[in-house]
Amino acid sequence: MSEHEREHPSVVGQNGAVGLVIDAVLGVVSLMMLLPLVFLISNAFKTPPELLAWPPTVIPHQPTLENIVSVLRETPLFRWIGNSLIFATLSTASIVSTSAIAGYVLGKFDLPGIPVIFGVIIATAVVPFEVYMIPLYLNVQSAGLLNTWPGLLVGYLIMSFGIFLVRQYVMTSIPDELLEAARVDGAGELWIFLRIVLPLMRGPLGALAVLAFFQAWTAFAWPLVVMTNKETYTLEVGLALFQTGFTVDIGRLSAAAALALVPSALFFSLMRRNFVRGVASSGLKE
Amino acid sequence: MRTTPKWLFPVLALLPVLGLYGCIRVYPIIETLRLSLFQWNIISRRKPFVGFANFVELASDPLFLEAIFNTTIIAFSVVAITIPVALALAALINTRQGLRRSGVYEASVFLPHVVSLVPAAMAWKWIFDARLGPLNALIGLVGIPAQSWLFDPVLSLVCLIVLCSWQAIGYAVLIFLVGLKNVPEALYEAARLDGASSFQAFRHIAVPLLKPVMLYVSVITLISSYNIYAQAFVLASDVQGAPGRLVRVLVLDMLENSFRNYRVGYAAAEAVVLLVIVLILTSAQFRLFRDRSRA
Repeated sequence: MSEHEREHPSVVGQNGAVGLVIDAVLGVVSLMMLLPLVFLISNAFKTPPELLAWPPTVIPHQPTLENIVSVLRETPLFRWIGNSLIFATLSTASIVSTSAIAGYVLGKFDLPGIPVIFGVIIATAVVPFEVYMIPLYLNVQSAGLLNTWPGLLVGYLIMSFGIFLVRQYVMTSIPDELLEAARVDGAGELWIFLRIVLPLMRGPLGALAVLAFFQAWTAFAWPLVVMTNKETYTLEVGLALFQTGFTVDIGRLSAAAALALVPSALFFSLMRRNFVRGVASSGLKE
Repeated sequence: MRTTPKWLFPVLALLPVLGLYGCIRVYPIIETLRLSLFQWNIISRRKPFVGFANFVELASDPLFLEAIFNTTIIAFSVVAITIPVALALAALINTRQGLRRSGVYEASVFLPHVVSLVPAAMAWKWIFDARLGPLNALIGLVGIPAQSWLFDPVLSLVCLIVLCSWQAIGYAVLIFLVGLKNVPEALYEAARLDGASSFQAFRHIAVPLLKPVMLYVSVITLISSYNIYAQAFVLASDVQGAPGRLVRVLVLDMLENSFRNYRVGYAAAEAVVLLVIVLILTSAQFRLFRDRSRA
């Protein structure tokens, strides 16, 4: 299909001068947005003298692995990556399953109290995590869970937005007749949820999973106060504390940051449709 | 054949989730509100009730006032930059929809939003670095003297605003694009038949329809900027741990009071202030947009 046939009424100046200007502007903006990350990655491979060179080179003249080798020798970077992976996976699993079941029940069952429950869930969604972090920390501390997986996870087991998202989807996209038909056939409620509803929710749950994973992967303040042991740091915390000790050595700092950044950047930009789907399917309808 | 009562499944299914909500959301929120009325340093057994004394003290605490001032400046600047820039970018990218390029533009603008905060902040820290950073070298080319970006009280705020806006823009662009794609094509066609230019059509058709979306993105961006911490933590932490120019933001001040000064009640009072700010912003903006869309 040629580009012309797909022309959209809102599309202007696909050819000609206007189009060229638009492409030029977008090209420059895209480049500027990416440049800090490009330099970070390229600095990781530079020798100390080249790091001082002006203008900064995008492709190092004498690429070196020295920075990366020394970072891996000095820090348990892979361990931190592993910690973050486990944390984000467990948090995602918990958020997806609690949101699926609670969203379904809140959207499809008519019991007294359900509007109140939903109201409380939405009201707590407005409250930033930082607001109730200190009492949560004190509870984790008195339960003796500092520096443990359960202690870390406590902050990231549920997501109000997830319940909201699933509820909206269930109400608009899963017909009552379908559930009634299954009930008439004698299906149990749990069976209906697992075999009929859950497969239908794959779309919104996928979007939610990406959001949840991202939220845990980039968590900072909570892991910083709960995991205080070099071996139990998450990647973000480990990196942030590493850089306070080595600010002068830009090569090694960049190497550590680049090692942390590349896999997640790739993953999340591939998943960007899921980000949009999650928000667009519910948040915007208000 | 149904032998179990109808309410059994929903109740059993909701109970564990509600239990979690109670323990790790509702209870700590209430506990924050309660602690803010007490004077308590973690270690001591004594925990006297002090009423609103914590809040009274906050009102004249120079560190807290600095934190709230900085955070407010950052949050509103980030929104003031992000919303118009993202709207313009989304409008331009929207003219490219259907072309392969548009995906490249979208991904490039979105990438800063999804890279982890700490590595991204480290990248910017190098750019702003007074001695080694390319920013000083760049402005040196046009004759501007080198600045100590991360140490100057005003410039360090600017650095944080730049960093946070750079991260926020991609999210806003993506949401705006969704909104723009939902604008019915017939409206554009009608406008074109009436002789409207593309810009006029965008200004008078797309922008009014995007208002609820703009509200949503502004609220999210404001709230998340009021909660910034990692960015300030990374940019401010200094060469060899020497106390550098710290951009005191609200969460940082709160954590310092709680974990360094052991003043839990006082820190809880700060958390309550943060909560009140967030609630005011949310409701104010909702009201504002609702009134406008009615008019």
